Amino acid sequence: MRASIKRAGRRPLFLIGLVITLLLVGVAVLSLVWTPFPPAKMNIIHKLKPPLSFGLLGTDHFGRDVASLLMAGAWNSLSTSFLAVALGASVGTLAGVVTAMRRGWLELVVMRGCDIIFAVPPILSAMMLAAFIGGGRFTAIIAIGVFMVPVFARLTVSAALQVWTRDYVTAAIGIGQSKLRITWNHVLPNISSQIIVQVTIQLGLAILTEAGLSFLGLGLAPPAPSWGRMLAEAQTFLGQAPWLALLPGLAIALAVLGLNMLGDGLRDILDPRDQG
Amino acid sequence: MRRALLALTVSTAALGAVLPAQAAPKTSVTIGMAVEPTGLDPTVAAPVAIGQVTWQNVFEGLTTVDKAGKVQPQLATRWEISPDGKTYTFTLAEGVTFHNGVAFDSSVAKFAIDRARGADSVNPQKRYFAAIESVETPDPATLVLKLSRPAGSLLYWLGWPASVMVEPKTAADNKTTPVGTGPFKFVSWAKGSKVELAKNPDYWNKSAPVKLDTASFRFIADAQAQAAALKAGDVDAFPEFGAPELIASFEGDKKIATVIGNTELKVVAGMNNARKPFSDKRVRQALMMAVDRATVVDGAWSGFGTPIGSHYTPNDRGYKDLTGVHPYDAEKAKALLSEAGFPSGFSFTMKAPQMAYAQRTSQILQAMFAEIGVTMTIETTEFPAKWVADVLKAADYDMTIVAHAEPMDIDIFARDPYYFNYKNAAFNAVLAKVEATADLAEQDKLYGEAQAMLAEDVPALFLFVMPKLGVWDAKLKGLWENEPIPSNVLSEVFWQE
Repeated sequence: MRASIKRAGRRPLFLIGLVITLLLVGVAVLSLVWTPFPPAKMNIIHKLKPPLSFGLLGTDHFGRDVASLLMAGAWNSLSTSFLAVALGASVGTLAGVVTAMRRGWLELVVMRGCDIIFAVPPILSAMMLAAFIGGGRFTAIIAIGVFMVPVFARLTVSAALQVWTRDYVTAAIGIGQSKLRITWNHVLPNISSQIIVQVTIQLGLAILTEAGLSFLGLGLAPPAPSWGRMLAEAQTFLGQAPWLALLPGLAIALAVLGLNMLGDGLRDILDPRDQG
Repeated sequence: MRRALLALTVSTAALGAVLPAQAAPKTSVTIGMAVEPTGLDPTVAAPVAIGQVTWQNVFEGLTTVDKAGKVQPQLATRWEISPDGKTYTFTLAEGVTFHNGVAFDSSVAKFAIDRARGADSVNPQKRYFAAIESVETPDPATLVLKLSRPAGSLLYWLGWPASVMVEPKTAADNKTTPVGTGPFKFVSWAKGSKVELAKNPDYWNKSAPVKLDTASFRFIADAQAQAAALKAGDVDAFPEFGAPELIASFEGDKKIATVIGNTELKVVAGMNNARKPFSDKRVRQALMMAVDRATVVDGAWSGFGTPIGSHYTPNDRGYKDLTGVHPYDAEKAKALLSEAGFPSGFSFTMKAPQMAYAQRTSQILQAMFAEIGVTMTIETTEFPAKWVADVLKAADYDMTIVAHAEPMDIDIFARDPYYFNYKNAAFNAVLAKVEATADLAEQDKLYGEAQAMLAEDVPALFLFVMPKLGVWDAKLKGLWENEPIPSNVLSEVFWQE
């Protein structure tokens, strides 16, 4: 553990990623208790004001404060993405370790199932879901989460299968431990670092997908602010108020960048092959 | 075949690129529209986009409506109305043929009218023909309509897209291959992209020579793409441009003219008057008072638009400004809600089509209702298909929002069934009186009474009239500036050198 922290200190990219991510989470949490203005509050007389002339980041076409919208949007974006990845990671990891434990026909079914889900882009599956149950946060979480399942399932299967070949596992089998117990005591702890890294990277992807769904009107319903919808609504105002598109775009880019840097850094730090 | 066609298209395109642009006056025009029609027969379906492609271009009626909104003769050159207002005798134009060579005479006119009013007719304005009792054809050039009761607006209605003349052999296929008597023939329809028309060389009306050789309608839903297509010259005109916030970007451009005209597009948030709590008049009035119309126009449509207090526009005859009946007053709205039994407000769902005006207006209404404690959830409902099925046909909704494009259609509140589920016998009686008289001043007075009733009862939230944001090539002349009836009439369009 101490060695890991030391290694972290030598990796500026990891630190930058960590700072961006913490900042983002901080802003998102802060938006629950405080924003400069209520994010849904319209003030049409003061519409399309440039940054610094009215509020910190100006106002949108309804006179809403862009800074407040971005803050509240951070919470909506992060919470949706987090829940989606949590869904994908838990279902995927469960499927993965069970598959590695049982192998046989189950492995065939799970792996081909993963192939099928991979073949359908998340935006497409979200559109199909939205047609059945209507758009909204729930649809977005399910659509993104389902897409994440095979990512985690594949990762877990390959990592867990490696663990199953280790001597200590053979020893555990030798002393008569049940497969379930071995999975819990030996397999899961040994693959956890890989899963954590994957969660971080997938979070970035989830934020991007969530923004895409909101852009298409399949994400959160108004008036709940979302970065993707802010971008969509800014399109026709690009000439008059470029900040309306730039700022949420920047927020999305920053969030994804931060999470990817954090994920890459974590991989370097936690990778057991690296621990000499 | 397809490859040959492609080669031909490519070579013509190459040719076009080589020829200097000033070589000859252009004789083709490309008109842009936001919504693609669902078919091309205005006599069988309601979407106005159908008439905007075909009316006065491919199809013509016994009468027509001119750019000032006045009734003019067309395939019927003259008419006489009996003193009791119950017999209309039309003299038909001679030498008129359909695009397939079939001659137009009184038997064809009888077929078209009987088809529109028949038992199994799906004509969107079928009730306009309800007063017709029988159609007689004493000779090929004379058509006699016998009415069961006077219908003061009959001549006007006969000019509508839904009343155009069609001939028996081709009527069933007009949805895909329209055949009419108009100055343009239908050439092709590439679904999802464009409809092509070409000049009808045998057009009957020699007094109105058509200057264009070909015309095409292109369908581009996205406003940003509309602006790009205009600036690149891919589209010559967008008579109904989709984004008022982009109008300013054309203003410095000398090659492009922006023409702001009148329309009949009434943006109205309809409520399901049969469903609680909208069945309570006080609730509807409270919601109306929660709305500041001027702010709605400013926020949703960049200030382009005129607030209205009833289902009537300032360009309609007999208009009364009734925006003061339930003016914006959030405090009074709250008090009225309490009186109706909702001191802490209520929640409902708004089914809003995807068009920008509907989405933005909904979001503004949402914020305004929140001020009086009413929570509105916005559910985007795809227009036209899903909206027509859910709202217009099934009336399965709480509140919705749409722009009603038809002129003088205040009578939709007297229709039963219609999606508002508004039932007011006194209102129906006033509109019946309008039809019973031929005296225009009397009609205007009655229309005033009808407007006042709607303003008081608020069966729908009457918000604003959208202007016609016409954007087209500055050299293109002859397009209608105003839109007294939804249309894109091309018969007088030409390119000025």
